[in-house]
Amino acid sequence: MASVKLNVNGTDYTIDDIDPSTPLLWALRDHLGLYGTKFACGKAECGCCNVLVEGTPLPSCIMPVAAMAGQSITTIEGLADDEGNLHPIQEAWIEHDVAQCGYCQPGQIISAVSLLMKNPHPSDGDIDNAMTGNLCRCGTYTRIREAIHTAAKKGGAA
Amino acid sequence: MSGHFYDVEPVPGIDLPEAYFTRQKARTAAVEESADGPQTMPRRQFLKLSGIAGGGLVLAFSLASPTRANAAEAKGKPVFEPNSYIQIKPDGTIVLMAYSPEGGQGVHTFLPMIMAEELEVPWESVTIVQSGISAEKYGRQVAGGSGATPWAWWPIRQAGATARTMLVSAAALTWKVPESECVAADGQVKHLKSKKKLSYGKLADKAATLPVPDKDSLKLKDRRDYKILGKFTTQVENHAIVTGKPIFGIDQNHPGMVYAVYVKCPSFAGVPKKANLNEVKQLKGVLDAFIVEGHGGPRALSPGVAIVAKSTYEALQAQQALRVDWDTSAASSDSWSDYQKQARTLTSAPGEELDNSGDFDAAHSKASKVVESYYSYPYVSHAPMEPQNCTAWFRDGVMEIWIPSQAPQGIPGLVAPIAGVDQSKVKLHQLRMGGGFGRRLINDFVCEAVAVARQVKAPVKLLWTREADMAHDFYRVGGFHNLTGCLDDNGKLAGLRNRTVIFVDPDDEKANPGPGGAVRAGAMQCPEIPNLRFEGANIPSKVPTGWWRAPGACSLAWVFQSFIHEMAVAANRDHLEFLLEQLGEPRWLGNKSDNALNTERAINVIKEAAGKGDWGKPMPKGRGRGLSFYFSHKGYFAMVAEVTVNGSNVKVDRVVAVGDVGMLLNPAGGGNQVEGSIVDAISVMAGQEITFENGAVAEDNFDSFPLLRIEAAPKIELYWLTTDYDPTGLGEPAFPPVTAAVTNAIFDATGKRIRTMPISKEGFRIV
Repeated sequence: MASVKLNVNGTDYTIDDIDPSTPLLWALRDHLGLYGTKFACGKAECGCCNVLVEGTPLPSCIMPVAAMAGQSITTIEGLADDEGNLHPIQEAWIEHDVAQCGYCQPGQIISAVSLLMKNPHPSDGDIDNAMTGNLCRCGTYTRIREAIHTAAKKGGAA
Repeated sequence: MSGHFYDVEPVPGIDLPEAYFTRQKARTAAVEESADGPQTMPRRQFLKLSGIAGGGLVLAFSLASPTRANAAEAKGKPVFEPNSYIQIKPDGTIVLMAYSPEGGQGVHTFLPMIMAEELEVPWESVTIVQSGISAEKYGRQVAGGSGATPWAWWPIRQAGATARTMLVSAAALTWKVPESECVAADGQVKHLKSKKKLSYGKLADKAATLPVPDKDSLKLKDRRDYKILGKFTTQVENHAIVTGKPIFGIDQNHPGMVYAVYVKCPSFAGVPKKANLNEVKQLKGVLDAFIVEGHGGPRALSPGVAIVAKSTYEALQAQQALRVDWDTSAASSDSWSDYQKQARTLTSAPGEELDNSGDFDAAHSKASKVVESYYSYPYVSHAPMEPQNCTAWFRDGVMEIWIPSQAPQGIPGLVAPIAGVDQSKVKLHQLRMGGGFGRRLINDFVCEAVAVARQVKAPVKLLWTREADMAHDFYRVGGFHNLTGCLDDNGKLAGLRNRTVIFVDPDDEKANPGPGGAVRAGAMQCPEIPNLRFEGANIPSKVPTGWWRAPGACSLAWVFQSFIHEMAVAANRDHLEFLLEQLGEPRWLGNKSDNALNTERAINVIKEAAGKGDWGKPMPKGRGRGLSFYFSHKGYFAMVAEVTVNGSNVKVDRVVAVGDVGMLLNPAGGGNQVEGSIVDAISVMAGQEITFENGAVAEDNFDSFPLLRIEAAPKIELYWLTTDYDPTGLGEPAFPPVTAAVTNAIFDATGKRIRTMPISKEGFRIV
């Protein structure tokens, strides 16, 4: 067992008495009470557990928490600003009514936010490339594309 | 447009009066109410509603209706609560009950939209709350069968109109003017002559003292006057979803909560004999490990081994170390490859007659052309993104359960014997589901959580891994069809015979087969075929099957709509014209129930889809266009798919869908259901199959049971035919016609007929 320091959404946390091999996903959910990051496959197949690590979307279900120490992690809970203003991607998701069940959408949104950070005006092909790791059982892909274009038009990279 | 969604429980930062929550908790479940005693309960007006004609689910249901103000009090002020669905408080707060389980179908949005429409309140002004679970108070609380809309259409409009009518009466009494001079709009009642107005909140006091009007006296709004229904209205939970709020079953958390996994035999119905429990209990974080006996069969509590730990990860780690000696003497030894061989043999010979009209043998002997085809499709898993889970807490003789369930009402009766308590001591909290697709209509996972919670002095969150979810589903049943079609001298479809396999319980062969089992002639949806013979032969099976999105229709539509196309090709006739010929004159068949095929509606969606889908326009080499239609779950859908085939790679370029569900209540959620159905169907046909040997499933995660990825999602064009029929649901009916539209398009492009699902078995992949 170990003590692990994490920086999540700009806040420093210390998790005591945790198995260092615990995936970040379960550290976030069980230890920090951040439930927005979702479990679905447990082997990096679906993207439901994606979080941003230094701006890059990574599947938290396979990343040992000990390896995350000292890195800046952003989860779905950390995308809105301090006043609660949503990220343009989040706003576009609401505008297009993207979600059905909504379970995969935190992971989808994390990937989309990262895409716009790197590529402010992605083509459909760019979107497909960036989002191919995120599965949606409800089949909301066409709306995801539209929402990303809308967010891009509104300066979603900001 | 957006309403506001609040959970039943107090949530920090949400400002609702404490009395509201106190009352809400008292309303949580019918089973809780009995503890309150009858003297504290409001008087009720019981409304008996006639059910849906034609064999639909008939539910007698009541609206809890206090007839006087003292029934519901908040801070000494009466709350106007004319029925279970609506509360109007003197401060103007309007609360609408989202009473049906939500798992992405949009019910938490469109059912309150119906209430708000008839109530005449602005959508932005309402607060939407997940109700408790009570058949008596809320009627049908089932997320299944695309049934929420048809069930709600009359009683929920009446609930809204009841409140509106009483508020108008209250205003008329206040102003001492005739009710006919008063109108309700925008959350107010206005007196037309004097221009006086009073808000609903101001009228709540007085309205609460008035008698509840008879439902037959209510005047429901004309559809042309709708302000909310028919408008693109985004989900009320969207903000919570995009900000990652803990709204799903899996997000439950309670002080002192522990985490459990439950391991079952890989072969269905195997029983644990012994396990290395002492070893597992020594692992770090593990609190307990024990064997659980089954109760009530696989749809209740299967026998298994429970591990309880301090964290999810520790429970999962311990599961890796668990070794169980399984007794498989009574377990399933079913084999998919064996089914495939058996089915070939069984469907080559006459089976038991299921339906017979005309004289197929005569049509066969006189036929100018006979086509014989063999179609098969596999079992598939539901694979909702949120794996099965449930949180349960046993304390003070009460079993409290937090459930992501599509069918919560049956849970108290199901789990009471497992909990060892009376049904009245089972307390339910309904939570959002991360998808269901029929999986969560069966509450086996709830039984497991209850069985574990009974032995643990703490709240327990039970979680299935993806592997467990795929290994212990109630699968969509696979199927085999040997079809024979006969063309007469005029190129008309004169006769058709379907020989199929029916999977039956080996312990009770007369037991009702699972959905999609005994295929009847009505499933052809071709009333003009004069000579039809449907036969079936039994294969005993212990593989659990259940309702999977559009049960029966989801696979049969592909078989029949493909075969109709095959026959059109054999007759050298245009598919559109040939398909319409099978439907005949526009008419409503059978008993004219909304479950009976109306060929007029069918013809209209088919013609519209053909028009919008450029039917008949030439396609370049390597591209193809396919047509399909199916009527299911009261909804009519026709589709035209366009594909580009390059070697083995199939790109679905475009799907044009035309639907008739009467009226589209919410283009946002309703449209999403259709788009999702199209993607889902392509996902299933692309590469999904559940196979099993020795009663154990081989596929275990999304690598072996793939879901479609974004790059393969087609461009979708969606059109609606608005008709005067009552609105019906959209969770299912758009799914069935998709598959044949795509495979017919592949045939158009390549001349290759796909008769085995998934299409990866035929050498194609969807890219």
